[in-house]
Amino acid sequence: MAEADKTGLKVLVADDTDTDRMILESIVKKEGHRVIGARDGLEAVEAYERERPDIVLLDALMPKLDGFGAARQIKALAGEELVPIIFLTSLTDTESLVQCLDAGGDDFLSKPYNRFILQAKIKAFYRMREMHATMLTQRDQIVLHNEHLLQEQTVAKQVFDNIAHTGCLDASNVKHYLSPLAVFNGDVLVAAVSPSGSMMVLLGDFTGHGLPAAIGAMPLATTFYGMAHKGFSLTDILREINQKLKNILPVGVFCCATMVDINFRTRRLKVWNGGLPDCFLRRSASGTVEPIRSTHLPLGVLSNKDFKDDCKHFELNLDDRLYMWSDGIHEARNQAGEMFGEERLEAVFADNVQADQLFEDILNHVQSFVGEGEKDDDLSLVEVRVDTPENIQSKGVDVNYVVDRGLLEWNLDFEVEQTSFRYLDPLPVLLNILMEVPGLRQHSGSLYTILSELYSNALEHGVLGLDSAMKETPEGFGEYYKLRTQRLEELKQGFVGFRFYLATSPTGGRLTVQVRDSGPGFDHDAKMANDHTLEGYSGRGIPLIKTMCESVKYLGNGNEVEVVFVWDNDDDR
Amino acid sequence: MSTEIHIDKDTLMTLKEVMEEEFQLLIDTFLSDAEQRLAALRDCLARADSTGLRAAAHSFKGSCSNIGAPLMAQLCARVEDAAVAGELDGLAPALDAIEAEHKIVVAALGEL
Repeated sequence: MAEADKTGLKVLVADDTDTDRMILESIVKKEGHRVIGARDGLEAVEAYERERPDIVLLDALMPKLDGFGAARQIKALAGEELVPIIFLTSLTDTESLVQCLDAGGDDFLSKPYNRFILQAKIKAFYRMREMHATMLTQRDQIVLHNEHLLQEQTVAKQVFDNIAHTGCLDASNVKHYLSPLAVFNGDVLVAAVSPSGSMMVLLGDFTGHGLPAAIGAMPLATTFYGMAHKGFSLTDILREINQKLKNILPVGVFCCATMVDINFRTRRLKVWNGGLPDCFLRRSASGTVEPIRSTHLPLGVLSNKDFKDDCKHFELNLDDRLYMWSDGIHEARNQAGEMFGEERLEAVFADNVQADQLFEDILNHVQSFVGEGEKDDDLSLVEVRVDTPENIQSKGVDVNYVVDRGLLEWNLDFEVEQTSFRYLDPLPVLLNILMEVPGLRQHSGSLYTILSELYSNALEHGVLGLDSAMKETPEGFGEYYKLRTQRLEELKQGFVGFRFYLATSPTGGRLTVQVRDSGPGFDHDAKMANDHTLEGYSGRGIPLIKTMCESVKYLGNGNEVEVVFVWDNDDDR
Repeated sequence: MSTEIHIDKDTLMTLKEVMEEEFQLLIDTFLSDAEQRLAALRDCLARADSTGLRAAAHSFKGSCSNIGAPLMAQLCARVEDAAVAGELDGLAPALDAIEAEHKIVVAALGEL
């Protein structure tokens, strides 16, 4: 508040004695304030309503309506606003003073009036009024911000629910518990069925709470659903999520997660656990529990170069049950502040007599342990039971839709024209397409080597007619690249063509790559018969490719090469 | 507390400072107001109206103290106290004392 404003206050002075009022008005005016005069209580209330003064000076005893009555009405009119009321009185008995305070008076000024005391009081009360107004404004802002926050959370939750729809969590062999606002506790649970018939479930627990924790859940869920349906493997999906989170999240924010791939047909389980408590695999035959420990760092911590995607593998039997949870169960506290802990959890498994009730048993034990104390809504729990594929029903997803899906085939022609050799590197475009093929992603390194080797051979030896033998001496190496630049600039015609034949099945696939160039070719039969001369022709490239591919062969005049790359989705089992 | 001071010069000086050109108006207002108060006191006592008497004495006491007439304020306080206690008998001499003091104050104010 500016200093100038403190002198420009509106002060209501109500006194029925003319001389007293005159004196008071003069004192107040001398301070630079504006005075509104009133001769009795009724006039005072009217003047208050009309003028909304900053401070009210009220004589206690006045005709029509006394100061006490006027004070009550003024305080009622002021509502939440703080209007300081100073009683002008020569009453000195305790009873009268209490009456003034009861009516809402904030202070007294006794007759004869002292100019300096009155000035001090006006200043002090105006400061109080200002603070009160500031407090009200800030309170209103807090209320507004809070409403805003809740609104944002609602929107964020709607968006999240649309992205992280329950997938196949409603499947008949799955039970799960998740608080409605779990995403703001940092918990996320997604489940989908892959084209190969595997059920993939990912339970994540982001560090932190509120919107920051929820934000990471969005890319996690979109990536999971986007990739799982296309048939990417568990490790492909984890790597992609890890990369996204590592790029997006600030340091110190990460996602503890467990991801499983359960194939109900082959009865195999694949588990990756990074930072969440041990999963429990309960064997139906013996009733015993195998804990599956975390052996990895959480998602979003390591760069993809250092990320480890090795999984644990288990053979399953009918009615085996897998339990995944965030640390909410282990860390649930009772009123004494004790945590539920792993021992109590193990005891629930040991005491359970009916496996069908185990899920409910766990929840009941945790909830009764926490009691009526502070409700901890941080529990996230999933149970997946091994059932025959035919028995598994899900409204959200056709769990068995994959069964009849057979081979998936496409081919692609891609030609680089003479005008573009200098500017266009076709490899990123082609690799991008190939990386969309489920199962191929984990072979991106090999594919890059193969394609780049074939392309440079076709361009440099085929189209440009350069002799690789030149590169054997340091002087020749320099000459080779000088000549390469020169011939590219002078090039009048030529092309390099790629043709891809792709065939994938749920279990793996086969990629045939043909690269053809406009060059004259070479006597490939003679060269291929002798690995040494082959090396001489094209450096170490072709022998390296031969270790990666099922076959490498030259066709036609030798200006066309065909390699076949095969992969098995079960390779990483 | 007892005082024999009819007019407090210091108070009046301060008032003069504060009121500036309105000082004379203040004095005139006080004088005409005092006439009405005295009449009201007489009237209330005659009707044995202790509430009215108390209110009139209280207000008069306040304005006397503000204008710098401490003895008259003190006399008014006695009447107010008696009225609060409901002891109206024998208050006539007290009113006489106020009127006597009033004449002294009026004279003193006139000299200024």
